[in-house]
Amino acid sequence: MYVLSAILILTALGLLLGLSLGIAAKYLKVESDPLVERIEALMPGSQCGQCGFPGCRPAAEALVSGSAPVTLCPPGGSALVEQLARLLGVDVDLSNAQDQEAMVARVSEETCTGCTRCFKVCPTDAIVGAPKQIHAVVADACIGCKKCVAVCPTECLQMHPIEVTLRNWRWPKPLAA
Amino acid sequence: MKTSVISGPHVAAPRRVDQIMRQVIIALAPAVGFGVFLFGWPALYLLTVTVLSAMLFEAACLKLKGVAAAPSLRDGSAVLTGVLVAMTLPPWAPWWIGVSGSAIAIILGKQVYGGLGQNLFNPAMLARVALLISFPIEMTTWVNVTPLFTGPGLAESFALTFSGLPIPDAMTGATTLGMVKTGFSQNQILPQALGDYSGILAMIGWERGSLGETSGILLAVGGIALLRKGIIQWHAPVSLLATVALLSSIFHLWDSGHYLSPWVHLNSGALILVAFFIATDYVTSPNTPLGQLIFGTGCGLLIFVIRSWGGYPEGTGFAILLMNAVTPLIDHYIRPRIYGRYRNGKPLDISSS
Amino acid sequence: MLAFLENPRLRGGIHAEERKHLTSGQAIVTHFPLPKKLYIPVQQHVGKPAEPVVKVGDKVLKGQLLAHSQGAISAPVHAPTSGRIVDVKDFPAPHPSALPVRTVVIESDGKEEWLETFIPDDPFQLEPEEICMRVGGAGVVGLGGAVFPSAIKLNLGRKNNIHTLLINAGECEPYLTCDDRLMQEHANQIVAGIRLMLRGMMAPKAIIGIEDNKPEAFSAMQAACRDFPNITISQVPTRYPMGWDRQMLRYLTGLEIPADGRATDIGVVVHNIATAYAVYRAICLGQPLISRVVTVSGEAVANPINIELPIGTLMSEALAFCGVDKAKMARLVIGGPMMGDALPHADVPVVKACNGILALSHREIHEPETQACIRCSSCVTVCPVGLLPLEMASRIRVNQLEAAVDLGLKDCISCGSCSYICPSNIPLVHYFKFASGELVKRQQADHKAEQTKRLMDDRNQRMERIRLEAEAEAQRAQEARAARLAQQAAQQKQREQAEETV
Repeated sequence: MYVLSAILILTALGLLLGLSLGIAAKYLKVESDPLVERIEALMPGSQCGQCGFPGCRPAAEALVSGSAPVTLCPPGGSALVEQLARLLGVDVDLSNAQDQEAMVARVSEETCTGCTRCFKVCPTDAIVGAPKQIHAVVADACIGCKKCVAVCPTECLQMHPIEVTLRNWRWPKPLAA
Repeated sequence: MKTSVISGPHVAAPRRVDQIMRQVIIALAPAVGFGVFLFGWPALYLLTVTVLSAMLFEAACLKLKGVAAAPSLRDGSAVLTGVLVAMTLPPWAPWWIGVSGSAIAIILGKQVYGGLGQNLFNPAMLARVALLISFPIEMTTWVNVTPLFTGPGLAESFALTFSGLPIPDAMTGATTLGMVKTGFSQNQILPQALGDYSGILAMIGWERGSLGETSGILLAVGGIALLRKGIIQWHAPVSLLATVALLSSIFHLWDSGHYLSPWVHLNSGALILVAFFIATDYVTSPNTPLGQLIFGTGCGLLIFVIRSWGGYPEGTGFAILLMNAVTPLIDHYIRPRIYGRYRNGKPLDISSS
Repeated sequence: MLAFLENPRLRGGIHAEERKHLTSGQAIVTHFPLPKKLYIPVQQHVGKPAEPVVKVGDKVLKGQLLAHSQGAISAPVHAPTSGRIVDVKDFPAPHPSALPVRTVVIESDGKEEWLETFIPDDPFQLEPEEICMRVGGAGVVGLGGAVFPSAIKLNLGRKNNIHTLLINAGECEPYLTCDDRLMQEHANQIVAGIRLMLRGMMAPKAIIGIEDNKPEAFSAMQAACRDFPNITISQVPTRYPMGWDRQMLRYLTGLEIPADGRATDIGVVVHNIATAYAVYRAICLGQPLISRVVTVSGEAVANPINIELPIGTLMSEALAFCGVDKAKMARLVIGGPMMGDALPHADVPVVKACNGILALSHREIHEPETQACIRCSSCVTVCPVGLLPLEMASRIRVNQLEAAVDLGLKDCISCGSCSYICPSNIPLVHYFKFASGELVKRQQADHKAEQTKRLMDDRNQRMERIRLEAEAEAQRAQEARAARLAQQAAQQKQREQAEETV
């Protein structure tokens, strides 16, 4: 008798709770997923494609669906990883994270033919010049996407690390554990 | 891009970790020495085996971790843990109690958390509580005061500690707190339940009890020396002792038949040891002065509650472990006020003045 | 131990071995032989670098303007001696990285010919604005280490109707005694400088705070101030970082500056004692800031002294003058041992900010291995700001910078007390410097990302416009063709009709 009543009560309880959960899921549903927009806003937005997705929006969608790791975006660096981890509520070990060194393109003046191919592909208009004139890269606007390097017929565009000056010098991380 | 840029400061304070550990061991030395004198050779054997096994376990764990053991052993934290574990054991306990205690303290209490500075619970108190629950007989066999050279000789003591020679029943008895607890259960009331208790002898430490806990006065001297050297802060010990003293005074005045006087509380069990050496453990106590005050008060409260109404006669170990568990919480909420800000982190508002 | 008995106005801090006796007993040496070449960086202050007004080959006189200030926050630099400009080039700066900075190089002619300057008959009758202007024109900057242009602070003080000028004579760093000696030897001039500052800011009173380990300086200053009741001198306890202006202000006045505010918000301006002396020289003697007193000390120096050096002197020359033992020197530090920076080499110029050159021996820097944190919370006890250095560092170690910011990273003043006291020798302050730099870097990266987005939008719009224009063009062309065809068809039809009618 006791066993029976226990089974009955627990079954009833389960049914009731299940029903209320089902009702809650139906009526308190979140309409659209604002997470994708928020993540997209965090991303560099240069659509560089280094993550393997065709742009920042698809990458954000992949992040939300969980099919891409939060470390997918090299230009975003560890700052972006930290923000994404926070937003998505995942734990990520940043202790060994090492940002890749920021690079900018530079035109070698000896070999530039002024073919204008590079500034046609530059997504941020960071390359200035005119046909048959030597081109130059505005380092502040260059995002290091390397598209220009790929199209340059004379290999005069090369990636170089950003020059360290007193203004952008920063303390390195302490070596000790 | 890692470079060898060196940041200031280019001078450093002379005090290092190993020196701190050494100072604490020196501060404990009088009480330990007195314990060995009080309980004879078995106590010395137990102390030795506990300390050596603590170092051994530390070395083994570090080896497993793949780190060089020598520098960590040299910092003296394993020795200190060994000494503290031994101090909380019954002085004539068999060798395996000491070894188990060290194993629990070093392996479970410290290394599984990641080693020095990472543990949540005080290793010595963890060992004490684990042993008390696991081996209640061995952990409550309190030998009478048998000063060095009056008790068993070297060889007989060796047999007592290492080959299971039983301690004659005539040589054992109960601690003050245990005796009172038993007395209450037999419906005795206080002056009788205390038996032939002497307040002065209890203060000096001439009574049954753990190896290094009996002498309140010597422990207090060591603790005050550490305070003066600035190695420990006053907040936790003072708040702990004050809480116990205050609560016991109130209840003793209210019902002196069923509540021990503050004097008996302060001089019994591990209270002084815990106040100065365990509640001030860097790793497991809060970081801020206010946090330490809360921690000490909480410990004192729990100690009094367990001693007065709990099932065990002594509650220091449990009290410390419980408060250790809330230390992260205290540290999360109690933070110092930052210059130019209110406690909640908002910048000071000067527009009103 | 009895922290609860202590003054609530005084918080944290350490007492490091002072080692001031090495230099505190000797008079300031003023006969430093004039170097052959002087290297004067155009950026020796907070703000925009000065813009050179001289060309290579120009002859300059001592005190002549070399580079004028540009922008709202900047300061000019002047020639420390007479001679010829031989170069304007990039030269290593006195900075831990020793990266180059634009530097004017003067070859001295040894004549020390001063530029003619106007010296007012009674400087204390000058208009406040005029005082500020002259201080600014003389390139005076805060000589306590912050190197903020002094004239801006004076103007700010006047505009905010401040009630107190606090003169910081803490000099709490170990080894350094240059301010101590300056007070002992030039107390009257310093007081004149303070009076000029008061006039420049139209402030009613000044308080001078001197650490109680400098009794001679205290009595000298007291004697000099006797006739000026609006200048009071107070002794403050010797405890690093007493020279942190906010700490001294709280100790002396009980006032606390809000975390998001400035001293002027509570009616106070803080200036360094050496700055007061520089103000005196600028106005009463007409001399711009072209030299300063520097403590050269440390165990690797045979004759540790305070020495007046022209700005632009190479540190290696100053060290050689004091007899440095290079074999013994384990570290070269500019400034004090707590907040100063280690330099990779000594071939960098002395600048306005340089109050000390320390050649420290291995024994002095005493650098044991870093061990695990034992959570002793000494760092919490000594932090003058009220931070939790151990917690912040453990977050930064795993790159959780946001968490460190939540714990108050941005309030850290990098005084180094925590690193000093740490029994495990954890480079706490280094972690905080790294994190602060990293945060700036991230901010800049965010800024750049925003700009990138804008640039890309612009480009996309332009591309779209071009495409639309091209389409419109194509449309027009098509329409034109269609019209032409229609016309031809019509003509054809007409012709056919005409033929039919024929």
